[in-house]
Amino acid sequence: MTGTASEPVVVAKALGRDYSVGGGLFSRPATVRAVAGTSFELYPGRTLAVVGESGCGKSTLARMVTLIEEPTAGALSIDGHAAIPANWAGLRESVQIVFQDPYGSLNLRQRVGAILEEPLKINRKDMSASARAEKAREMMRLVGLRPEHYDRYPHMFSGGQRQRIAVARALMLEPKVLVLDEPVSALDLSIQSQILNLLLDLQERLGLAYLFISHDLSVVRHVADDLIVMYLGRPVETGPKDAVFAAPRHPYTKALLSATPSADPAGRRERIKLEGELPSPLAVPPGCPFAPRCWKAQPRCRAERPELQGAPHPAACFFPEA
Amino acid sequence: MSLLKLRNLSVEFATAGGGFRAVDQVDLDVAPGEILAIVGESGSGKSVSMLAAMGLLPWTATVTADEMSFDGRDLRAMSGRARRRLVGRDMAMIFQEPMSSLNPCFTVGFQVKEALRQHLDLNRRARHARAVELFEMVGIPDPEKRLGNFPHQMSGGMNQRVMIAIAIACKPRLLIADEPTTALDVTIQAQILDLLVSLQRETGMALILITHDMGVVAETAERVSVQYAGQKVEEQRVEGLFDTPHHPYTAALLAALPERATERRLPTIPGVVPGQFDRPEGCLFSPRCRFADETCRRVPPPVQGRELGLARCHYPITSDARRKESAS
Repeated sequence: MTGTASEPVVVAKALGRDYSVGGGLFSRPATVRAVAGTSFELYPGRTLAVVGESGCGKSTLARMVTLIEEPTAGALSIDGHAAIPANWAGLRESVQIVFQDPYGSLNLRQRVGAILEEPLKINRKDMSASARAEKAREMMRLVGLRPEHYDRYPHMFSGGQRQRIAVARALMLEPKVLVLDEPVSALDLSIQSQILNLLLDLQERLGLAYLFISHDLSVVRHVADDLIVMYLGRPVETGPKDAVFAAPRHPYTKALLSATPSADPAGRRERIKLEGELPSPLAVPPGCPFAPRCWKAQPRCRAERPELQGAPHPAACFFPEA
Repeated sequence: MSLLKLRNLSVEFATAGGGFRAVDQVDLDVAPGEILAIVGESGSGKSVSMLAAMGLLPWTATVTADEMSFDGRDLRAMSGRARRRLVGRDMAMIFQEPMSSLNPCFTVGFQVKEALRQHLDLNRRARHARAVELFEMVGIPDPEKRLGNFPHQMSGGMNQRVMIAIAIACKPRLLIADEPTTALDVTIQAQILDLLVSLQRETGMALILITHDMGVVAETAERVSVQYAGQKVEEQRVEGLFDTPHHPYTAALLAALPERATERRLPTIPGVVPGQFDRPEGCLFSPRCRFADETCRRVPPPVQGRELGLARCHYPITSDARRKESAS
């Protein structure tokens, strides 16, 4: 296990991504700030979870780390190299992604063998066909697929097996970082635990760093080492998982934890009820983005934006808990 | 006296590969004013059994039952016209995807009023007043203005509120909610669940909650029915189910919850749910059950008594025989 290595594999500094939308015949173009001011370090053998509701920018963050989108602000470095588009081709081998929906992310017209060998065909041009096949079979063993699956098509597999194929494909280039974008939310409970165990096994054996994107706090609580809670494109709280779950400092984190149903009928309790819904990312309120829904909001919250700061772990709030 | 009573309900679909049994010998009782949860994984037949009760299945489905009654009236003997008068008025249903259940071509106000026009004898002005009242009940701010909105102009949570408003428009006595919060974010999910439970308390209607989320079950249901591969495998009060599950499937499902994990490796259930062509001969769970023996693989299990949670199992985990066995 390489989990003790001290050099981070991914370093993000104040990462941001804007999109401009609209600008049609009758409307002015507007800017959507999908992600802003997000910094983190990801270490080998560790799992950093990004949680938040839809529209909080967690998938955009995943796409930037996977080098699909170019950040419009801040700096990203992977494995010690600056991740600018000129370097992308070389760095892509180090970062791979597993998507949420194993029904949509595999090519239905390719056999499993071809799916697994494609990354090698593109990136290891000097590798012989037999060496590629050998590598694909070895990877299938590693993720718990049987050798006879090599010649089958994706539609012949269940959701859990397909997610194994997707994980195997992501590992073909021996990446250092795996971005997992909601890897188990499309799966049934009994299958979900199989895939989570597989991911934990692989992390221990290969020393992978995981960027784990999820909205399911009970899954995050189980797999994560560190946590970023995002709201409307900005991190509102970061810290070690245990610290954040035990003593959430930002009201949003507190509300999110309280809203997550727990599988314990005896533990029924009063939930913190958040008023209203996420504001549109086109009209992010000035000041703290969470202020319109926050029960502690003061005039100051509506005027100024709080920075991520404080101890024991940072939270972007003027009036943090505890 | 139960409001909805199903006995030995089976639903078979005619497919190109032969008949497929989606629901297999399911019994169900719902009392007035009760919250019953039906939980199961995909393919467990939980939605199909309720669609059968509502009469919303396509013609490819064959529904058979020994008894299928709502408020003492036999649903099977009823004419189509009589059933349509009942469905949407006394029994209503909401679905998982609010965006795709609403008609994108009509305003939400029109769609709420449509239910009122079909079932109640109200004039135009009274319908409008009722629609406004309904929107207030389900917590949609500024109802007068929102009635004129189209579904695409509202968020998923708001659309689900509209669906709920349509479903409760005629004061139903039974509301079936099929995964009402699966497509929604957690904070919105909490709002919708609270809304459903408070409406249920206010109006005294019965609520059937179909879900796969054990957390949602634990926090809202009073009684729980667990389905697996089309069969009901266990039924208990919610406290009992989470404390002492009787069927090995229920126990394995609860053990697989990440929040119940005691160590880093989660307990898993090996294998997958049986499909159309690999249905086992005996107990449907036997290929994945760690307690299964030869009897389980050959003989379909009996339904145990109420003290064993009506478990469909030869050897419920909590039975005396099993206890002795594990003690020795």
